Amino acid sequence: MTRARTLDVPVLARVEGEGAMHVRIRDGKVDDVRLRIYEPPRFFEGFLRGREAAEAPDITARICGICPVAYQTAACNAVEAARGVTVSDAIRAMRRLLYCGEWIESHALHIYLLHAPDFLGYPDALSMAADHRDLVQQGLRLKKTGNDVMELAGGRAIHPVNVKVGGFFRFPTPQEMARVRAILDQAADDAEATLRAVAALELPEAQMAYHFIALDPGTGEYPLEDGRVVLSGDGVREPDRFALELFDERIVELHVEHSNALHARLHGVGSYVVGPLARWALLGDRMTGRAAALAAELDVARPMLNPFASIVVRALEVVYAVEEAQRLIDEWPADPGPSDVDVPVGAGLGYGASEAPRGLLVHRYRLDDDGLIADARIVPPTSQNQAQIEDDLRTFVQDHLDLDDAELTRQCEVAIRNYDPCISCATHFLRLHVDRD
Amino acid sequence: MATTTRQPTPRRDRRTSKRPKLAVWKFASCDGCQLSLLDCEDELLDVAEAVQIAYFPEATRAVVSGPYDLSLVEGSITTPHDAERIQQIRRSSKRLITIGACATAGGIQALRNTRNVAELASIVYARPDYLDVLERSTPIRAHVTVEAELRGCPVDKGMLLEVVAAVLHDRKPRIPLTSVCSECKQRGTVCVAVAHGTPCLGPVTQAGCGALCPAYARGCFGCFGPYGSANTAALADHLREQGLPAAQVERMFATYNAAAPAFEAEAARQRAEAAEVSS
Repeated sequence: MTRARTLDVPVLARVEGEGAMHVRIRDGKVDDVRLRIYEPPRFFEGFLRGREAAEAPDITARICGICPVAYQTAACNAVEAARGVTVSDAIRAMRRLLYCGEWIESHALHIYLLHAPDFLGYPDALSMAADHRDLVQQGLRLKKTGNDVMELAGGRAIHPVNVKVGGFFRFPTPQEMARVRAILDQAADDAEATLRAVAALELPEAQMAYHFIALDPGTGEYPLEDGRVVLSGDGVREPDRFALELFDERIVELHVEHSNALHARLHGVGSYVVGPLARWALLGDRMTGRAAALAAELDVARPMLNPFASIVVRALEVVYAVEEAQRLIDEWPADPGPSDVDVPVGAGLGYGASEAPRGLLVHRYRLDDDGLIADARIVPPTSQNQAQIEDDLRTFVQDHLDLDDAELTRQCEVAIRNYDPCISCATHFLRLHVDRD
Repeated sequence: MATTTRQPTPRRDRRTSKRPKLAVWKFASCDGCQLSLLDCEDELLDVAEAVQIAYFPEATRAVVSGPYDLSLVEGSITTPHDAERIQQIRRSSKRLITIGACATAGGIQALRNTRNVAELASIVYARPDYLDVLERSTPIRAHVTVEAELRGCPVDKGMLLEVVAAVLHDRKPRIPLTSVCSECKQRGTVCVAVAHGTPCLGPVTQAGCGALCPAYARGCFGCFGPYGSANTAALADHLREQGLPAAQVERMFATYNAAAPAFEAEAARQRAEAAEVSS
């Protein structure tokens, strides 16, 4: 006799965008795992054709309200690469500062409002606040500082207005910088307290074998706003390195029948992980100052192979991003030079990448002689992580068949949230079948 | 002897389910407008005490069944399924307010409205026949009655709080109805169009952002959509006289509020002129 169990979550909560989960177990074996995405498609790569290259940052920002800076920055990097333009050190520093703001905001949102309630046993952060008001307020304060940094460099936190291909419309004034610099001291304390709090959480145990991919900025720094080389490895052996321009060759998209979605697979490897775990595994030795000291003191494993502990690495990255924002403001030159460089209109093919809070984001544009976009391809982090999320679920469910359906389902949701999946991002590129059975 | 009579509490008991029920719904969008609610870091915990957050999947697993006193709706209608879903939401909502350019004007995904959807789908998707999408991206208002609309890509979070507060106090929300130009004057920003010749949609765009872009030495790009009596033709003619090609002026009007009638009409006029020039 066949004994079947199914676990269904029709609406995944506390993720960005609309998705569902379906797991089927037959005779004690997991035989079907689907992360279903029913968010409607919006065709960005389609209507980018015929738009000016200069419009790419603002248009692609609208793919995701949670990580618009990632899209704007990768779009700028790609268009500048297509036209053979490099920006000044000051412009690069301002991009990094803007990006620190997005990491702080997005990570604080995920740690406090989306993920921590799982580990403390609440349906959401607002009910968690009834018992842990100071903790939630600390998280909101940190999140707000991230927004303050983005408003400083970008003019607006959601869909910043100050970013352009070639740099910025204007640099912030010294007075504007000083106001945000003052807030960052509190944020540094809040970030450290956050890391200590999440490191003390009782997290589910799991040990996975992961293959990681992250961007090497080529500057000796922790990856963030740019890079031309992709690192690929398990975090133990020396990683493989390949040029960003080879991304299309190395990453193949397979049609997986059970989900009717093309999942990104690394040629010769299979599913892989991007995001905090990957950056930490491959480039964690680039952490500096307080972040490096705390990682050592708290003995944060590297590579971290327990996906439930991604919240710890995310918190570590917040410590780093706050400290990096402080440094970038402190070292901001008295005369930063022009806020943008000229990017002449013309043809070209360019790749650009950045490390979104959720992981590597790659843009590719082909421009025609009039500087209009002839072809665009965008690979967001969540579509890259999707195959691994399903692998994690398969392993986790198989190892925890003794749990009842309600608890197993709840823990599967937590396992999905480990990746901070952004379904709004993923949808438009997932060549998916919108299945509504 | 001290009286044992308790003073009646002037405020609603915040712990009971008598609090107004708030629901947040998502259609085709980037999530940014509902994130604006979570971005109200200083007010969020107070808001959560003043209302019962009854449905808001991005923030909570808990679901309280309707009817809802206030539904905030993000995103535009782009699929047959969503066209049905908005009807159910309307039936279960006492008041329904749309938030952002997608919900009020169809959003950037309304760029499909002037293109062939099958062709667009084939650029992005390997199997476009799997998709079940509508030819046009339409605002919520095209499907159901809405009590108020908040403009912006994204909405301004101050305005979002104002709308929620207005509903709680049963009054009309204060939503600015002037153009971005008036906000530049209030802010003391030198006009980027007059002083520097920067192309700017401020004269035809509804206020509400606080005239952000000109404060960053950039022309307004119309993310709050057309304001009531916008003279888009006069502005477009002016931009053309300054030397902008028709195709570029068309693109300026065809962005985040591409399907807002005034912008849609002006983009169409410029598209026709561009076609004439190239033929």
